[in-house]
Amino acid sequence: MTKIIVDTVEVDVPPEFTLLQACEAAGAEVPRFCYHERLSIAGNCRMCLVEVKGAPKPVASCAQQVRDQRPGPNGEPPVVITRSPLVQKARQGVMEFLLINHPLDCPICDQGGECDLQDQAMAYGRGGSRFDENKRAVEEKHMGPLVKTAMTRCIQCTRCVRFAQEVAGVAELGATGRGEDMEITTYLEQTLTSELSANVIDLCPVGALTSRPYAFNARPWELRKTETVDVMDAVGANIRIDARADAVLRALPRVHEGVNEEWISDKTRFAVDGLQRQRLDRPYIRENGKLRAATWDEALDRAAAALSADPRRIGLIAGDLACAESMKAARDLFALLGSPNQDCRPDGAKLGGGARQGWLFNATIAGIDQADAILLIGANPRIEAPTLNARIRRAWLRGAAQVAVIGEAADLTYRYAHLGAGPKSLTDLLNGGAFLETLATAARPMIIVGQGALARPDGAQVLRAAGALAALVKAVKPEESWNGFCVLHTTAARVAGLDLGLLPGSGGLDALEMVAAADNGALDALLVLHADEMDLPAAGRGAVIYLGSHGDAGAHRADIILPGAAYTEKDATWVNTEGRVQYGRRAVFPKGEAKEDWAILRALSARLGRPLPYDDLTALRQKMIADHPTFGHVDYAPGAIDADSFDPKALGADGAMSDAQFQSPIANFYLSNPIARASETMAACVRDIAALNASRVAAE
Amino acid sequence: MSVRRLSADQPDAFAFAEATMQQVSWWLGKYPESRKRSAVIPILWLVQKQEGWVSEPAIRTIAEMLEMPPIRVLEVATFYTMFHLAPVGKHHIQVCGTTPCMLRGSEALIEVCKRRIGRAHAPTPDGKFSWEEMECLGACVNAPVVAIDDYYHEDLTAEDLEARLDALARGESVAPGSARGRQTSAPEGGPAVLIDRALYDGSLGQKLKLPNLPEPAAS
Repeated sequence: MTKIIVDTVEVDVPPEFTLLQACEAAGAEVPRFCYHERLSIAGNCRMCLVEVKGAPKPVASCAQQVRDQRPGPNGEPPVVITRSPLVQKARQGVMEFLLINHPLDCPICDQGGECDLQDQAMAYGRGGSRFDENKRAVEEKHMGPLVKTAMTRCIQCTRCVRFAQEVAGVAELGATGRGEDMEITTYLEQTLTSELSANVIDLCPVGALTSRPYAFNARPWELRKTETVDVMDAVGANIRIDARADAVLRALPRVHEGVNEEWISDKTRFAVDGLQRQRLDRPYIRENGKLRAATWDEALDRAAAALSADPRRIGLIAGDLACAESMKAARDLFALLGSPNQDCRPDGAKLGGGARQGWLFNATIAGIDQADAILLIGANPRIEAPTLNARIRRAWLRGAAQVAVIGEAADLTYRYAHLGAGPKSLTDLLNGGAFLETLATAARPMIIVGQGALARPDGAQVLRAAGALAALVKAVKPEESWNGFCVLHTTAARVAGLDLGLLPGSGGLDALEMVAAADNGALDALLVLHADEMDLPAAGRGAVIYLGSHGDAGAHRADIILPGAAYTEKDATWVNTEGRVQYGRRAVFPKGEAKEDWAILRALSARLGRPLPYDDLTALRQKMIADHPTFGHVDYAPGAIDADSFDPKALGADGAMSDAQFQSPIANFYLSNPIARASETMAACVRDIAALNASRVAAE
Repeated sequence: MSVRRLSADQPDAFAFAEATMQQVSWWLGKYPESRKRSAVIPILWLVQKQEGWVSEPAIRTIAEMLEMPPIRVLEVATFYTMFHLAPVGKHHIQVCGTTPCMLRGSEALIEVCKRRIGRAHAPTPDGKFSWEEMECLGACVNAPVVAIDDYYHEDLTAEDLEARLDALARGESVAPGSARGRQTSAPEGGPAVLIDRALYDGSLGQKLKLPNLPEPAAS
């Protein structure tokens, strides 16, 4: 630790701190544009100038370290001054230069009201400009359907360039030209292809890169802000939903160091326009092969009649976007009805039962930063969990972690050893090999098993092999508080479902068996919660009661549609892939006559004469926590807790594995759930990126 | 200096000539395999030597060769004004327009170029000439300076430049250097100072007694 005096405050900071960080530690505010704590240091905006005692001129505080400062003549700590007339004049000068070419178009700029340049010009700038020459103008650049550009506003901080290069790992942005003519662009104005590309919108301190779908929609002060969590993948990114009236206008990231840091994927950010389209806003009933609008009474009566059949001839499937509360209510309802046919794994993943570590990302997402050897089995984190992938990339970029993949040889934005594509390669690795040595000698090895390896007929055998590998290389090290056996989920609902034990009871059928049984006439009714990524029984085979928010695959097949709430429309509990329980909050009300999911199930239970023992959300949550205590630990990732009693060898089941290659369950990142499929922005992404890939193939 | 863009007319493909490739391999050999992108500037220069300019397919080819994103090559190519992003004439004339040259008459040279060649950055229809105004060429002591292809032509008047253009148009080669016969940047008509021969024969030297010199051997 090194002592340094900022203004009059003496602080003790690590020597590698920059002066800017030291100033922040001392509580002094330093304006900045190019500096960003998660990006490399560029030092080109000059806004963070401070005075250092003994230095001949102001210094850029973001680019100088505390350890490089000279002490006073008698060994006093170095002194940094942030409030002297010199500093004030320097800032005014820098600001005047920045504003020379920056247009005064704040009234028509989407960044207005949340603009760093606007705020800092107010705080540190001069009253007027002395610039009488012509201003520079720059052509707009095409960057795809997500990022709108107004490059005349650009102040060349290069945050976006550094983000694309360092975090997203897709070096598509660059600064061409030089001096006054420097311009930010993509190569030949191609569409950005990163799944994290829209984070440059948040990074841009001015209005040069703004959100295209949100363009000219609202001013920040008109919006109602709700802090909630994302459900587009199993990471559970912390987001803020900005809504006006009953419309969700945008989603922005919130900082959560343990989960998403401050990035979110493009799907999280832009699929929200899908919440306004294709919505189920009233109950429907199928009559004579056609769906017709119905009242709640009719729909609930019809559903109750269907579910009153022999309990062994009804089934429950909870899909990808079902919240914990609705799954709990449905599970309790089926328990009351005495039906063992229930499942939360419509993809057929062979997970669940036994210790919780068997289906969690035990190393935790933050743990990736400590990992030194990472094996991905049947997982493509770039499309399954982009923010998590950025962490793996960072570990790789630091040189801290070696990565190997068994599965698709996809571009993950980092280099890895490709050990093979299917279970055979996993067996080979178990029998020895260079990477086995790497894993075995690593202090913090991670074995990440994806749904591409588990959601297949031999998933249990693959899980056993992966567990055997984890045991062989001692990935679980309770004495070092490390559990490197990780399951990467792809859906927001799955972990909560597994935690709730929403699995077939004794003699019960799993999701795929239920569908097969219905097709064979062995099942009369199927209650489906938000499940659109699976094949439902053929039309006319069993009554399908669909509870969900969007008119997608499930509703298309359904015989009775009970309109539920999307994730922005209900207070709900979500559990992310590392077992972190997080609360989502309601930003807007459910559309039309739609109701919150748990309330629909509660009403249905009353029609069935088996009322659920809770009348409000609090009571339901209390029951849930009482039955499943893990739901009581909010925003807590268990990590290596109880690792000493966890035996990865015992996971899964013995048997032969097929030769089929592992394949990610997410065929298209932009279309992985009903909300995204309803979104026009996601459709535009698919169009643009498909066109780009087609042109690349043509070029080759 | 102005905004630099890739030319609107681009060839379909680019391929290294064999002679260029040999030089490219030499440059690549200078850098470790993992740092081979360091060779981007010399290779861009070699491409320009071969083609006369740097085309978009060439930028992509270089990016692939050096395993770097094409935007990074484009950044370098647009940063340095000596990389031509559009076709130039067989002889490319770069007139220095910065203050010392301007004071010594570069505006007249620019007039000549405009009259004989036309607009800057636009090759003549026969493809023989093109010209552009450059920032300081760094030879102010011989102002005004014009770079014709790779060589500096110094102390030019409008007539001197016209003569050189005429010669080039006839297909002759022109000798670089001062048009007034100066030796590099030495004064015109030979040296004017430090011409006393005694300065150089040691006769004016003061005898010094250097401390700690070894004693001369007794003879």
